[in-house]
Amino acid sequence: MPVYLDHAATTPMLPAAIAAYAAAAAAVGNPSSIHGYGQNAKRMLEEAREQIAETLGCDPIEIVFTSGGTEAVNSAIKGLYWARNPSVSGAFAPARPRILIPGGEHHATIDAAQWLQQYQGAQITWLPLDRQGRVRLEAVATELDTDPESIALISMLWANNEVGTIQPVEEIAALAASCGVPLHVDAVATYGQLPIDFGQIRLDTGGGAAGLVAISVSAHKIGGPVGIGALVLSRRTAIAPLIHGGGQQRQVRSGTQDVAAAVSFAVAASAAAARLSDEAIRLRGLRDRVIDGVLKAVPGATLNGVRDGRLPGNAHFSFPGCEGDSLLFLLDVAGVAVSTGSACQAGIPEPSHVLHAMGRTDLQARGALRITLGHTSTPADVDAFLAALPEAFVRASRAGFADRVVTLP
Amino acid sequence: MSGGVDSAVAAARAVDAGHEVVGVHLALSRMPGTVRTGSRGCCTIEDSMDAQRAANLIGIPYYVWDFSERFKLDVIDDFISEYAAGRTPNPCMRCNEKIKFAALLEKALDLGFDAVCTGHYASIVTDAAGNRELHRASAWAKDQSYVLGVLTTEQIAHAMFPLGTTPSKALVRAEAAQRGFTVATKPDSHDICFIPDGDTRGWLAEHVGAAAGDIVDRSGHKLGEHDGALAFTVGQRRGLKVGTPADDGKRRFVLEIQPKTNTVVVGPKEALAIAEIAGSRFSWTGLPPEDPAVPFTCDVQIRAHADPVPAIAQVVAGAEASELTITPDRPLTGVSPGQTAVVYLGTRVLGQMTIDRTRSAVPVA
Repeated sequence: MPVYLDHAATTPMLPAAIAAYAAAAAAVGNPSSIHGYGQNAKRMLEEAREQIAETLGCDPIEIVFTSGGTEAVNSAIKGLYWARNPSVSGAFAPARPRILIPGGEHHATIDAAQWLQQYQGAQITWLPLDRQGRVRLEAVATELDTDPESIALISMLWANNEVGTIQPVEEIAALAASCGVPLHVDAVATYGQLPIDFGQIRLDTGGGAAGLVAISVSAHKIGGPVGIGALVLSRRTAIAPLIHGGGQQRQVRSGTQDVAAAVSFAVAASAAAARLSDEAIRLRGLRDRVIDGVLKAVPGATLNGVRDGRLPGNAHFSFPGCEGDSLLFLLDVAGVAVSTGSACQAGIPEPSHVLHAMGRTDLQARGALRITLGHTSTPADVDAFLAALPEAFVRASRAGFADRVVTLP
Repeated sequence: MSGGVDSAVAAARAVDAGHEVVGVHLALSRMPGTVRTGSRGCCTIEDSMDAQRAANLIGIPYYVWDFSERFKLDVIDDFISEYAAGRTPNPCMRCNEKIKFAALLEKALDLGFDAVCTGHYASIVTDAAGNRELHRASAWAKDQSYVLGVLTTEQIAHAMFPLGTTPSKALVRAEAAQRGFTVATKPDSHDICFIPDGDTRGWLAEHVGAAAGDIVDRSGHKLGEHDGALAFTVGQRRGLKVGTPADDGKRRFVLEIQPKTNTVVVGPKEALAIAEIAGSRFSWTGLPPEDPAVPFTCDVQIRAHADPVPAIAQVVAGAEASELTITPDRPLTGVSPGQTAVVYLGTRVLGQMTIDRTRSAVPVA
């Protein structure tokens, strides 16, 4: 089997999570039904919710299951925006139109906010990143201090899904709390890699109705199934629903709840939490092996983001004079699966908007390659990648950039 | 792999022939449409998905390679500037010349591939001495050797056309169905891929602009006015708002578009007959004629589906550049500068020329 080094895209399901899914899928019952079948389904669902809440440091009622990370992020951003701007006698005139967002966010966040800008009167303030991909705290403080009453919400990644840079979440949560602004954190890439304690951060940063109020996570990034995620939503926070219907899950997310997926998600979440500290150490060791190996094998390659202060399983580089796209192809053919960044529509690679937000040039952005490690990664995987890289780099450099002038006779 | 039936079958046949094949879909637009509409045959996300499904069924890896920047520079911008200069370009030929068998081929060679294999209906034949020649396909109705006439010897050295020997497109569709390809019954594409609604005139008006100008006869007498010269094609009769009838009472046709003065020249149908075409942008496919300065017999074809016409051709050295001059045995019709004339020796493609100028068979009276 080819070596899999794209765990940030999705990571293999744990065998225990697959078994739990199959067993739960065999059970009959809608958890909203009153009869015994329904009660049994409800029991499985709520046990799953409790287990997942445990791994996130929140109360079970604060777990809202969604179809995945993208829906959780959309629910948080649009839901907070609408809840903070209630319509008055049927008229919608947002009193708090501003949304604060760092550059280089995931498209779920960027596109949801831009949709609000286009159709719902929102005004986006883009918060600058430094060259390492960290949000500039002083810029956040300045923006939050500027007429905080006009701000609907602030949303940010806990750690960047492409370059792995970890953000100062607690500092920003404290700033947001002091200004009375709710904060949503997209932790899809972080969950299972770093400890997340929703309650503790709220306690430490003075989160009441404001500050950290919501976190988005997804099951398939931690060994659970694709198709389920969760929005951690503070019990003190109301959001307007994205999806209307039967009023399940605090009226926030209508629709029959997926018991089997939730049960499987819970198994993966508990396993990830149990192995978290040991696994982080192991992954950092493998990651440093990748970083040292790449910088040695390819002179001129640069590590994007900081060496420490990045996700344990993430290594992200810019290679000089070639397309990341060519490298990806050559490594794939050589039996090593990596990525240029986040997956994209129709397979058309875009120069990384994250690297642009970090002040990199277009050429540096085009030569990007992301290697992400996970629970099945071994030193042999890393060595196979490092063995295939030099030849791939030579060929990719020969091919250069797609817009080069053709020199065929 | 465009997402069409031809490239899918070509890929499958290349695999059957024992080659190590990778499916590549060319992304030629930064803003691809979502679903296919009408007869626009490539470039949408749906087409990309069709191509990927075919690759999955064949069992080959599949990638999208982005050539949108080169495509804009070499095909779309060229299309605009050629029209603006009063010529009628063929963007599909330009794409073969500059993208499929140039940018794509060169990237492929650099990445370690040996050849570009496409679903074009044309054949490559190796002569006794080992020289590769480009020939018409067995399926004459589908023959696409015309649009490949721009390929040079170096390019055909790295080209493969597995459909060239198949007698008909129906057989290719049947084979696709038998192989289980979902695209077996997908309609053929006809329109220019970067003009989604097929409205070339409207697209040109938007990208080149349209200004009112004069309609004149061959002697330069003004007969009327037009809203934009690009709306006309040589040979067109309809839409000419010239009130006064011709002296002989006959209908008038567009003979020429003069972009510099934004003038449309009209005249009698007979004047559309072209006795000679010439151009300085020409190339040879495979071995060139022994001495192109000596007149040689050939067939000339001026459109993708025009009949070939016997002709005498010759390269004439000029002060600045040499020029290929082609004199057909009988006059050609529907010729305008910018079009490509492909020169054949029997079924073999000998070369091609972009037409710079034409000489009417009927001089001005």
